[in-house]
Amino acid sequence: MEKGKTRILIAKVGLDGHDRGAKYIAQALRDKGYEVIYTGIRQTPEDVVKAAIQEDVQFVGLSLLSGAHNQLFPRVVQLLKEKGAEDIVVFGGGVIPRDDISFLKSQGIKEIFTSGTAIDEVVEFIEKTLRNAAG
Amino acid sequence: MNKKSLKNKQERWKNSTLKNFLAKAPERQKNFSTVSENQVSVLYTPLDFGEEGYLEKLGFPGEFPFTRGIYPSMYRGRLWTMRQYAGFGTAEQSNQRFKYLLNQGQTGLSVAFDLPTQVGYDSDHPLAEGEVGKVGVAIDSLADMEVLFAGIPLDRVSTSMTINAPAAILLAMYIAVAEKQDVPRSELRGTIQNDILKEYIARGTYIFPPKPSMRLVVDTIAFCAREMPKCNPISISGYHIREAGADAFQEVAFTLADAIEYCRVARQAGMEIDQFAPQLSFFFAAHNDLLEEVAKFRAARRLWAKIMKEKFKAQDPRSMMLRFHTQTGGSTLTAQQPDNNIVRVAIQALAAVLGGTQSLHTNSRDEALGLPTEKSVQIALRTQQIIAYESGVANTVDPLAGSYYLEFLTDQIESRAQEYLDRIEAMGSMVEAIERGYIQREIQASAYKYQKSVESGERVIVGLNKFKAEEESPQEILKVDPQIREVQIKKLREIKGRRDNQAVNHILRKIEEVAGTGENLVPYFIEAVKAYATLGEITGALREVFGEYHQQVIF
Repeated sequence: MEKGKTRILIAKVGLDGHDRGAKYIAQALRDKGYEVIYTGIRQTPEDVVKAAIQEDVQFVGLSLLSGAHNQLFPRVVQLLKEKGAEDIVVFGGGVIPRDDISFLKSQGIKEIFTSGTAIDEVVEFIEKTLRNAAG
Repeated sequence: MNKKSLKNKQERWKNSTLKNFLAKAPERQKNFSTVSENQVSVLYTPLDFGEEGYLEKLGFPGEFPFTRGIYPSMYRGRLWTMRQYAGFGTAEQSNQRFKYLLNQGQTGLSVAFDLPTQVGYDSDHPLAEGEVGKVGVAIDSLADMEVLFAGIPLDRVSTSMTINAPAAILLAMYIAVAEKQDVPRSELRGTIQNDILKEYIARGTYIFPPKPSMRLVVDTIAFCAREMPKCNPISISGYHIREAGADAFQEVAFTLADAIEYCRVARQAGMEIDQFAPQLSFFFAAHNDLLEEVAKFRAARRLWAKIMKEKFKAQDPRSMMLRFHTQTGGSTLTAQQPDNNIVRVAIQALAAVLGGTQSLHTNSRDEALGLPTEKSVQIALRTQQIIAYESGVANTVDPLAGSYYLEFLTDQIESRAQEYLDRIEAMGSMVEAIERGYIQREIQASAYKYQKSVESGERVIVGLNKFKAEEESPQEILKVDPQIREVQIKKLREIKGRRDNQAVNHILRKIEEVAGTGENLVPYFIEAVKAYATLGEITGALREVFGEYHQQVIF
């Protein structure tokens, strides 16, 4: 699939206002040729799912630094499923302790990127996921 | 030696000694620059000191323009306040951590609140899901605040509270708790952050639109000027602006632009500058570029003194003193090889002390991974104590003054920040510049540039893009009990069951009424918290009148 046609929603869930990382990822992915939408801060899982479906994205990248990820990330996956949009791939980032990563993955979050991740790793993840989906 | 002869001699050195040497031994990099992308020359000499003389630019500590420090003897009299930002979980747990820190020799408290508290929601609000007790302590009512400070003598400890949109309400709770300890409000020492402008720019915990928010700030400033002389009603914060990606110039410029805005609005409300300016305090970050950071603190001090004297015509020297708290830079910590962060924090803390800070928080090594453990917090506090008692830098005032490089940087930061201030002034006001998204875009551009330079490897971050190690040290992370929300909800139910609900309703309606007038709201907040109205109920009443702010997405 052509990069220009891949649409990605970067979303800040929860009450946390730390959006430096989310904005960087959004801008850097756009510079890499993807179509990126950024939600702004303080979105509920419901807001994010609504935006994801409305914007017809293939990926949702969730950012959270407050520690509420174990509650809010799985909620997004669950809501997508309820809306019949489970084909949208969810990944996440932020201050996520290592112990929580396997739990989040078991809840359907495809990948977790923590502090220090290079943008190329995110691109590689996206491209690999697209290749696997294309089959 | 006069400057002309020095200039000739320096030219000769450059064209012979240096040139010959570089021919044999080239430099490591083509360009050298500070963290803020400021070009750095090979050598600084008196030629870089500028035209103004020592007295105009530096003067003496405790005197205008306060470049060398706000007190005549600085740390020879009293060391800076060692103040570790702490709080998590319930009030009971945070109270334990406070007592631990005080026992370890910490000299002031600094309270971290959880996000629902910071945006004025009680723990039972749907948006509080997952957030209760996470980044700080959960405070729903005065009952929580009483537990938070149980057994801590408020007449002897100074307390800083990182609270902004609902700051006036938390101040009211602090006053009420102190009264129960028989400590009058006039004796209380401490600071509420209460800096709403940087919330719109960088930190995000706003509730109301700018205009009513500014009114709450001014109400608090006026209340403290009248009744709480030992309190700082605001801590005008560059820290979060820097953490959001600003460089050192922007940090100084945008912080002072916010401060100018608060002064302007307070004067419009009828206050004289010298009535409230001595109680304004500031908060900066300390990042890794040691000398640029020291210069930044000195430049901010000098620039603020001039602004107060020349722009606001302050007469009281205390109005011209930039008193500030410093925190080491959270965004400089790496999740990789976290013990390396101990060294970063030490360098940053040293910069703050060499820059003349009044209080300091040192970050813990594990904060890129989660909340710090007790052990990590102890190392962070010990770092300050080693600087204070072993390094010798506290023995004389402003020890780096006179370094040609440092003075050059100080001048440059001052003039670059002034350029920004002029640009903001030309837009009308800081609120205008924020509403237009100008400030946010400037910060974002710096953040993006910085991150690109790290990703390209142009800027080396040890353990992250160079000197990487495969082995991962075991991480012990402080976990917040996910059941805490249930505990808080139960407490809320109990409070609402045993208080006089009629009295609560009455005061909440009164607050709505006063919010629509120009009258100072703080006394009504005090009455409300004493009746055990919850934080969510009080901000709820204000939301009715003020409305809510919704961020424009700038990206």
